[in-house]
Amino acid sequence: MQLDLTPEQEDFRKVVRDFAEREIAPYTEEWDRTHTFPVDTVLAMGELGLFGLPFPEEYGGSGADFTTLCLAIEELARVDSSMAITLEAGVGLGANPVFRFGTEEQRQRWLPDLCAGRALGAFGLTEPHGGSDAGATATRATLDGDEWVIDGSKAFITNSGTPITSIITVTAASGPGEISAIVVPAGTPGLVVEPPYRKMGWHASDTHGLVFDGCRVPAENLLGERGQGFRNFLAILDDGRVAIAALAVGLAQACLEQSIAYAKERKAFGGPIGRYQGVAFKCADLAVGVENARALTYKAAWLKDEGRPFKQAAAMAKLYATELAVTATREATQIFGGYGFIDETPVARFYRDAKILEIGEGTSEVQRLVISRELGLPVET
Amino acid sequence: MNVVVCAKQIPDPAAPGELDPNTKTLKREGKLILDDSDAYGVEMGLQLADKAGGGEVTLVSMAPHDEVSGLRTALAMGAAKAILISDDALQGSDSLATAKVLAAAIKRAEPDLVLTATESTDGYTGLLPAQLAELLGWPSITFAKHIEVTDGKAKVQRQTEEGYDEVEAPLPAIVSVTAGVVEPRYPSFKGIMAAKNKPVDQVTVADLGLSADDVGWKGARQEITDVVPAEERKAGEIVEDEGDAHERIVQFLEQLKVI
Ligand SMILES: Cc1cc2nc3c(=O)[nH]c(=O)nc-3n(C[C@H](O)[C@H](O)[C@H](O)COP(=O)(O)OP(=O)(O)OC[C@H]3O[C@@H](n4cnc5c(N)ncnc54)[C@H](O)[C@@H]3O)c2cc1C
Ligand SMILES: Cc1cc2nc3c(=O)[nH]c(=O)nc-3n(C[C@H](O)[C@H](O)[C@H](O)COP(=O)(O)OP(=O)(O)OC[C@H]3O[C@@H](n4cnc5c(N)ncnc54)[C@H](O)[C@@H]3O)c2cc1C
Repeated sequence: MQLDLTPEQEDFRKVVRDFAEREIAPYTEEWDRTHTFPVDTVLAMGELGLFGLPFPEEYGGSGADFTTLCLAIEELARVDSSMAITLEAGVGLGANPVFRFGTEEQRQRWLPDLCAGRALGAFGLTEPHGGSDAGATATRATLDGDEWVIDGSKAFITNSGTPITSIITVTAASGPGEISAIVVPAGTPGLVVEPPYRKMGWHASDTHGLVFDGCRVPAENLLGERGQGFRNFLAILDDGRVAIAALAVGLAQACLEQSIAYAKERKAFGGPIGRYQGVAFKCADLAVGVENARALTYKAAWLKDEGRPFKQAAAMAKLYATELAVTATREATQIFGGYGFIDETPVARFYRDAKILEIGEGTSEVQRLVISRELGLPVET
Repeated sequence: MNVVVCAKQIPDPAAPGELDPNTKTLKREGKLILDDSDAYGVEMGLQLADKAGGGEVTLVSMAPHDEVSGLRTALAMGAAKAILISDDALQGSDSLATAKVLAAAIKRAEPDLVLTATESTDGYTGLLPAQLAELLGWPSITFAKHIEVTDGKAKVQRQTEEGYDEVEAPLPAIVSVTAGVVEPRYPSFKGIMAAKNKPVDQVTVADLGLSADDVGWKGARQEITDVVPAEERKAGEIVEDEGDAHERIVQFLEQLKVI
């Protein structure tokens, strides 16, 4: 058994860590406070090659494996969850569907800009009336001559309203019991990007509701086969779950590091708080949790890279790592005491940023559903 | 244009360093990394080769234990190849011995221009650049904050306390560059993968035609007699403004004879 990353993966992790510490860390507090989506920083992430990591060089990618992408997401999340989700969604939900299901022409058309990070892609699945039950989409797409006419609405769509958003892939009912995925370029008439949500966390990430009102796109914007939209997005979500798990690992790692540092430095009752078991044991438990979450995540990523089934592993990694991240941010906030509740302290932001991880790309309940089914249980939805 | 960049590999400054109590030198057993100061030279070299529309960057490094980790970083940034001098005979080399070794390696690369940092992060003597120039018999320009190469000449803005001097020298020349001259690029994943297959020419002291007596403890002209901890900085004096703070600060500075 071999549990080491390759030297190249370790080197690249270090590069992303340096980048995150130099180019992101000094500004996170301000972006969080002012709800700023930092376009220049996202473009710099693009120059570093982050958005093209797992795609072949012929489309402008780096030809790295999925594990390497997870390392990059983990390192960004150690500093800023908003930038990590911008990358995760850009790659996993924006570019990945085009790469996995697009025709050669569609790939040539959209991937180079997405891989270079000059443009961002989004994926619109969730609707205002429901996300977990994504098969019940109320958005409709009707073929009118050589155009799709899209009517309906989507909710909570990441990267959908940035100045560099280029395409939004939406799922829509294209006939009775038939769901298809269609690419809608940003700025298409009839696509209304609603004002950003007021979110609990992820303040520097871009999230909007979308309304489609007689929105027309060419028939050739159909992504994947007609009627395969539902099946295809399930595959996309399996990848995404591992990537979200990596994000959770990075966030929990940050909580662990900051908790240890604070427990050594903060004094109460005549000594550092880290000498009290009530505090030290929290750190010990966090360390075990982070190790576990990382192991599950890398295992799932490795299975995917090996071309083996990983649906179960992805659901386990996502479930465990995101719940651990929420625990880690709660415990870190506790260790920081009153300062933990003050927004200038990073752990306060971590606490607000964590909760969504148990919700997005499949709630914890949905992960348990997937795992139960893989166990062969006749669990109902 | 072919540029040699001297790339020192040093113990990670983030990990606390340790001195060998016998030799009073820094322990260099663990993994070494590219000195941050040299990342500027690498970036400058890459940009100059790029602007010249041809040529490449060759790294030259002297380091113990066949260390290549730091070189891989610079290769991942875009340098084409490296010469590494690693030899047990080099143990205890002082800066002059280091300069002899580096100069011999640089000659092999036949560069148009040699870049170094003004001083390394760990040794910090700042002696190397001038020693190299002397040994090679090439012009030396130090503290460059901007370099332009035209018509076989290096035109350099040389940082001074007041501003900068404009100086030029015929090539080949040795130029030491200050930190901040350029923004070193981050290596990309593709760069890291490419670096795996870039050539690192590993040579010994004998390969360079030098005698083991010229280098290492034997060849050293410098001797470290003692190492003492730096004196702790004294707490400063805080001037509370009661309307006359500026006068008191001026008085204080006059006392120090700085104004
Ligand atoms: C910041 C942010 C960014 C997002 N980005 C995107 C994006 O880019 N693209 C996109 O398509 N979506 C996105 N989402 C949406 C997200 O994926 C959904 O919110 C999530 O899938 C849950 O769907 P829902 O909100 O409709 O909750 P619901 O499906 O209404 O669920 C409500 C509750 O019921 C539970 N539940 C539902 N069904 C069952 C069941 N059968 N058994 C047990 N429990 C059940 C759920 O687990 C949950 O606790 C984003 C959301 C947020 C907040
Ligand atoms: C007592 C003693 C023992 C030593 N033992 C060893 C040993 O066992 N093995 C060994 O390899 N070295 C050894 N050295 C050499 C030492 O590590 C330095 O390389 C050398 O002394 C230069 O000093 P500096 O770092 O202060 O150079 P500076 O003059 O401050 O360096 C200026 C620039 O020159 C270049 N440069 C300097 N050193 C190197 C280098 N080694 N490779 C490439 N570029 C360089 C860099 O661009 C650097 O920024 C020893 C030095 C001393 C004084």
